[in-house]
Amino acid sequence: MPLQSLDIIRRSATTLPSPEARGAHTGQVAKLIDTTKCIGCKACQVACMEWNDLRDAIGSCTGHYDNPPDLSDQSWTVMRFTEYENPKGDLEWLIRKDGCMHCEDPGCLKACPSPGAIVQYANGIVDFQEENCIGCGYCITGCPFDIPRISKKDKKAYKCTLCSDRVAVGLEPACVKSCPTGALVFGTKEDMTQHAAERIEDLKSRGFAQAGLYDPAGVGGTHVMYVLHHADQPMLYSGLPEKPRINPMVKLWKGVTKPLALFAIAATAAVGFLHYIGIGPNETDEQDEEAARRELEKTP
Amino acid sequence: MTSRHPERIVRYSAATRINHWIVAISFVLLALSGLALFHPALFWLTALFGGGPWTRILHPFIGCFMVAAFALLGMKLWRDNLLQQRDWIWLRKIKDVVNNREENLPEVGRYNGGQKLLYFTIVVCLACLLLSGIVIWRQYFSGNFSIGVVRLGALAHAFFGFVLICSIVVHIYAGIWVKGSIRAMTRGWVTLGWAWKHHRAWFREVTKGIQQR
Repeated sequence: MPLQSLDIIRRSATTLPSPEARGAHTGQVAKLIDTTKCIGCKACQVACMEWNDLRDAIGSCTGHYDNPPDLSDQSWTVMRFTEYENPKGDLEWLIRKDGCMHCEDPGCLKACPSPGAIVQYANGIVDFQEENCIGCGYCITGCPFDIPRISKKDKKAYKCTLCSDRVAVGLEPACVKSCPTGALVFGTKEDMTQHAAERIEDLKSRGFAQAGLYDPAGVGGTHVMYVLHHADQPMLYSGLPEKPRINPMVKLWKGVTKPLALFAIAATAAVGFLHYIGIGPNETDEQDEEAARRELEKTP
Repeated sequence: MTSRHPERIVRYSAATRINHWIVAISFVLLALSGLALFHPALFWLTALFGGGPWTRILHPFIGCFMVAAFALLGMKLWRDNLLQQRDWIWLRKIKDVVNNREENLPEVGRYNGGQKLLYFTIVVCLACLLLSGIVIWRQYFSGNFSIGVVRLGALAHAFFGFVLICSIVVHIYAGIWVKGSIRAMTRGWVTLGWAWKHHRAWFREVTKGIQQR
């Protein structure tokens, strides 16, 4: 098996361990998106298209800067622009590069029914393996960030791979490579957290008292993190969820329900079997036929 | 009762039997494909349908077909399945039922309390499966619903599918348990003794005309 991954720590719809001899001994990776440094040039979108050979359909102007207006199977990252009037009455242009957050505890992977259609590598990257994708869209149901998109052409789900192919050979993701302001940086999660801390300190000294890191604990942390000027109000950034987590309904659906339901179905059949063995069938014999005939003759 | 076979009573017409088996076969296909996508341990069942994507494509269409087929059957049978006082007494004496002590049970019409309960379980399950199934039918409909509704739909679909499968397991076992029932649904007739023993009120009803003759 060429190009076999030996560093898979999680695999959708799979209960036994996957090949995971190779670890991430130098630490898991993370991409840090510093929204305070982003100028909205969309170079990252172009780099993503170029490296991944994606070309979205040319759309039309929808009255704002977001272009394309949403993520799609051909647009794995999109800049989202928000015009925010702060309490002082000043305009702040909050620009957030949207895309897969690469959750430590991925809701998409939990929801996926197809073995191996979604995997998580030892370095933390969550990747779709489209050849195993059946197109059911459960990943969309499971994702707390509304990221996966199903292609109209092949009915497979697509999203940002964090350039797993580049990262595997020691390169940074294409978007990071292209960023002209250093708003995008890539490295180990530890390094990125440290770098973010420095940035936040700097921002606080410049009057952004609520500046902070977005690395939500509800999904076990993410391998794509944001530095936000207003970390207390992530919703300002085009609805970035404040406390993302795998929805309880998804957890229930994909958790205890699965073994319990199978067990209950098997138990129902087993009770039937035991009833047949223990009590036995309900048969009609000659006496019943006799009784029926008697009754027919009796009544005029 | 036919003149050639005076010891037989017709229980199901050919049309009803065919309808029943269309529903039954659809159900088996739906249960197999549904379970395949429900639990990874059963994902191999997708092979029966030509693989994962084909299972995902076929399941909802078979579902719609089954709902339509059951709607026909259900309309035919609903009047006989309305629960009456004696059915509740029958259900309360479930101990006598499972121990084959039919002499302790109230007289049963065309259907007994258990069968009627099953009938309404199927009606409710299919209605909920249809609605939740539309919500999670990604290719055509899911985009029209909010993510919360889709999540609820997925959970509800699994739940009602589970209830339906358990109910049908009971239904199938009842057919194996009460001898002569499978013949009623395959050949269409039951013996006089069978009707007299299991559905006495129905037996009297259908033999009334014959006695007057």
